[in-house]
Amino acid sequence: MSRAGRGGDSGNTVAVLELHDVSKTYGQEPARVYALAGVDLSVRAGEMVAVMGPSGSGKSTLLTIAGSLEEPTSGDVLVCGMALAGMPRARRARLRRRVIGYVFQDFNLLPGLTAAENAALPLELDGVAVPRARAAGLAALEALGVADRAGWFPDQLSGGERQRVAIARAVVEDRRLLLADEPSGALDSVNAGEVMRLLHEACPRGGAAVVVTHDAQLAAWADRVVFLRDGRVTGTTTRPPGPESLLMPGEIR
Amino acid sequence: MSVPHVLLALLSEGPKYGLQLREEFEAGTGEVWPLNVGQVYKTLGRLERDGLAESDGTEQEGPQKRFRITVGGRQALVGWLRTPPDLTSPPRDELVMKVLVAARVPGTDAHEVIQAHRVYALELMQQWTRLKEGEARDDLSLALVVDAELFRLDAVIRWLDAAEVRLERAAAEPPRPASAPVPVPQLRRLGARR
Repeated sequence: MSRAGRGGDSGNTVAVLELHDVSKTYGQEPARVYALAGVDLSVRAGEMVAVMGPSGSGKSTLLTIAGSLEEPTSGDVLVCGMALAGMPRARRARLRRRVIGYVFQDFNLLPGLTAAENAALPLELDGVAVPRARAAGLAALEALGVADRAGWFPDQLSGGERQRVAIARAVVEDRRLLLADEPSGALDSVNAGEVMRLLHEACPRGGAAVVVTHDAQLAAWADRVVFLRDGRVTGTTTRPPGPESLLMPGEIR
Repeated sequence: MSVPHVLLALLSEGPKYGLQLREEFEAGTGEVWPLNVGQVYKTLGRLERDGLAESDGTEQEGPQKRFRITVGGRQALVGWLRTPPDLTSPPRDELVMKVLVAARVPGTDAHEVIQAHRVYALELMQQWTRLKEGEARDDLSLALVVDAELFRLDAVIRWLDAAEVRLERAAAEPPRPASAPVPVPQLRRLGARR
């Protein structure tokens, strides 16, 4: 209780997500496999971080650990200043439903629910009264420009619309931490860019996003890109100068 | 070079003044490529000399002069649009050279070299993407130019990724017998090209 109370609402000074020396191993020595090996990562409020790396680099593991879907073998994970280790199961589940939003590669919308019902689902699962949950779901659809699809079922939507609904579900009622795994799925590059734009814009005041991708064009939407290889961070971009610096590359010959 | 043909394209819409051409050139290329006015007049002079454009015929120089495209100019423009640009690789791609060298110089960590270049390319991509987020939303020309840069840099990063995998594999494999030599990049021959 006191643990949650101290870090929970002290504003922007607290990182939304912190990983301290996080490792994840599978199997026993000598055949132990490191999926993550001593990863440190801190994501500030309002920041979008892309984690880039080849397949098998550990980036999906990093995301599932950040989302408390999996536990690290060692190291600490803090979400909004709250340590996940030792947190009671029920509290953790509540954190997943109210603080963290997920966007998956294949959208994962429930086919039997309308767009509005899908968007409201995390709140309803958390026991929020249906009218209030639906209103929040509708507001999220509105913010993503698909309010006119509220009553449609996923199989009636285009790929781009489906992903917008999925993002709406992930951000419904201002979740603080948005986690996305290859969120552009099989969309073409223009639509994929649109998804990243929406995620970046949805990265709400006080919220943050971590996007895992192997695609440099998508990673470039992030404020910071962290490179992962064999479970280790091998580099990170520094905040690049503004785009003005690109506009005057000199006269054309 | 494409400046004369872009000017011809602008003239194909109707007669125009030099300053107007400069403005439209910059707007039409997403304002990513600045063009000075001296260059505009120099190019117009050449187009006139080659019979691809003509001016009002007044002896006035400078901004009062209006230019129009000729029949020959239209043909040249159509021909240029359909002629593939030179897409052969530069004789010595500096980045390729750096990675080739890094793989051979003792004591150099090629992965570190690759990573440094990858971070730089991605930072550039981030800058271009910021443009996409802002102005390029409503500016088709700029959006097209930004996409071109992003795809080019993306290709650089993919090549670096592939290079890294190859180096890793090469390091893991036992050296082959002398009868089947490992194909080593021939720096001397590449360097001598052109």
